[in-house]
Amino acid sequence: MTDLSEAPHGQGAPTTRGRAADFWRRYVRNRSAVAGLVILLTVIAMAALAPLLYPADPFSLAGRPMSPPMTGQFLLGSDTLGRDIAAGMAHGARTSLLIGVVATLVAVGLGVLMGGLAGYYGGWIDDVLMRLTEVFQTIPSFIFAILLVAVLTPSIVNIIIAIAVVSWPALARLVRGEFLSMRNREFVQANVVMGMADWRIILVQILPNCLSPIIVAASLLVATAILIESGLSFLGLGDPNVMSWGFQVGAGRTVLRRAWWIVTFPGLAIMLTVLAINLVGEGLNDALNPRLRERAS
Amino acid sequence: MLGARLAFILRRTLQAIPILLAIVVINFLLLKLAPGDAVDVLAGEAGSATPEYMAELRAKFGLDQPLPVQLFNYMAKVAVGDFGWSFRHEMPVAELVLQRLGPTLILMGATIVTAVGVGSLLGLLAATGLNTWRDTLISVLALVSYATPLFWVGLMLILVFSVNLGWFPTSGMETIAAFHTGWDRVWDILHHLVLPATTLSLFYLALYARLMRASMLEQSGMDYVTTARAKGLSDRRIVYRHVLRNALLPVVTMAGVQVSSLIGGSVIVETVFGWPGLGQLAFESLFARDLNLLLGIFLLSAVLVLVVNLAVDILYTVLDPRIELR
Repeated sequence: MTDLSEAPHGQGAPTTRGRAADFWRRYVRNRSAVAGLVILLTVIAMAALAPLLYPADPFSLAGRPMSPPMTGQFLLGSDTLGRDIAAGMAHGARTSLLIGVVATLVAVGLGVLMGGLAGYYGGWIDDVLMRLTEVFQTIPSFIFAILLVAVLTPSIVNIIIAIAVVSWPALARLVRGEFLSMRNREFVQANVVMGMADWRIILVQILPNCLSPIIVAASLLVATAILIESGLSFLGLGDPNVMSWGFQVGAGRTVLRRAWWIVTFPGLAIMLTVLAINLVGEGLNDALNPRLRERAS
Repeated sequence: MLGARLAFILRRTLQAIPILLAIVVINFLLLKLAPGDAVDVLAGEAGSATPEYMAELRAKFGLDQPLPVQLFNYMAKVAVGDFGWSFRHEMPVAELVLQRLGPTLILMGATIVTAVGVGSLLGLLAATGLNTWRDTLISVLALVSYATPLFWVGLMLILVFSVNLGWFPTSGMETIAAFHTGWDRVWDILHHLVLPATTLSLFYLALYARLMRASMLEQSGMDYVTTARAKGLSDRRIVYRHVLRNALLPVVTMAGVQVSSLIGGSVIVETVFGWPGLGQLAFESLFARDLNLLLGIFLLSAVLVLVVNLAVDILYTVLDPRIELR
């Protein structure tokens, strides 16, 4: 990482460890971002420990249906079929995080590809790709996601595809903007003159220099992806073999009057998780783009 | 000036056409992507059908043609407003979808008015009381409503305001058996509208509050504000007569951009509150496996987005004369 491309940044080239320490110092300055990180780590721990804490299938009937919280063996009560809400929530955390992260990775891949090509090459490629992006941004994305899952049949993979397909356009625009501003910088021009292959310039030279806005946008995308997933499974479009928070809320909504807890707790889990990810995203933004922060305040 | 505006509107309309065509193509591809076609559905409903009869049906519907020809036929049909046939409702999709458009427009209109109105007001309060408890409280509320899934907000509102307090009805658009007329009916619908519109507007309200706050702060650093202050205008007058008007512009733009996600949200809100609009129809068609109907709703909602975006562009040129009519 000490080649010419570092020159625009390189004032005394700090070590990786020094940079990580810098990053962490700026991150912890934002108190709410630290709180978000703590909540997020708790959710991750819950997801990781789910098979140990609740080894039984979360769909299995664990006891008397519609038991209120703190009765019998149920910490958070049971649903209409006697399934343990707490067990479902622990297993649901796995689903939400998995879908959120993988769908975001796919969307980032698509967005970087589209935005990178459009920004790097410009001209008609840019025109065509941006027109395509515009079409995808016009389409009501949630209805499009519903349609995709309905047509492809509900499964984890198809839900991930649907979420990625509706999420990439915003990222493509961001990446295109970054690439446009980098395209004519001297270090890029130098690489072009040196005869470096386009794909290498795109991936090895330009991309690493626009990573921070991409990371921030991606972290917020995870939150949106989790919200979309919960909406889909609430409507009954979740993978029928996998427990999820949206499904739990959807299953409990008919008995809202008699059993408030079935709907309340999984919904709270979604809210807290998404809130935590948004806070972490803001913290990342402050830590990765310190100059931006100073300008804003 | 009028001629320029007309030319602008015309150009924008023409620009929307390729997008519309692309959406129709996506619609067609989705139809083809789905396992089974209309003939399979018909044969399934009839119970028994010989392969010869099915082939005959396919020829009759043009399903044996090559894909580009089918696409062309499909586009020709859509162009004259034929969105296909809903096998569940035994009705043309176009008719069914238009019937349900009204309630959705009422819900969306109420939501936009609430979100822009209350959101701007909150943003104004936050910007004028910068870094006080008011500002902090509004920021926290915004953060929480960003993170809350719509369906859960709706269910919680029902739990508190309908089940426990009994202030509002839990579902529907009007009291069915009451047969209200005139103002009674309007009042009845408004009463049913409160909870769904609140649910749907909460997220956007938070967004506009933040946007308005940022926009107010940005505007208050402008030269014209310094001029106004130098003229000896009171702070109150500067904020309400000068800054506020300019700060509203980005909020209007944003409201236009967000119509597309508003329609998605209305599927969830209408499902939760039994609001008899397009969203609920989409939910019903999901369970009835009525793909034609679902695609019709999709297409109509995309058209709605295009129309609203166009309307916002035009409104914008009226609000901000500095914008060049390009």
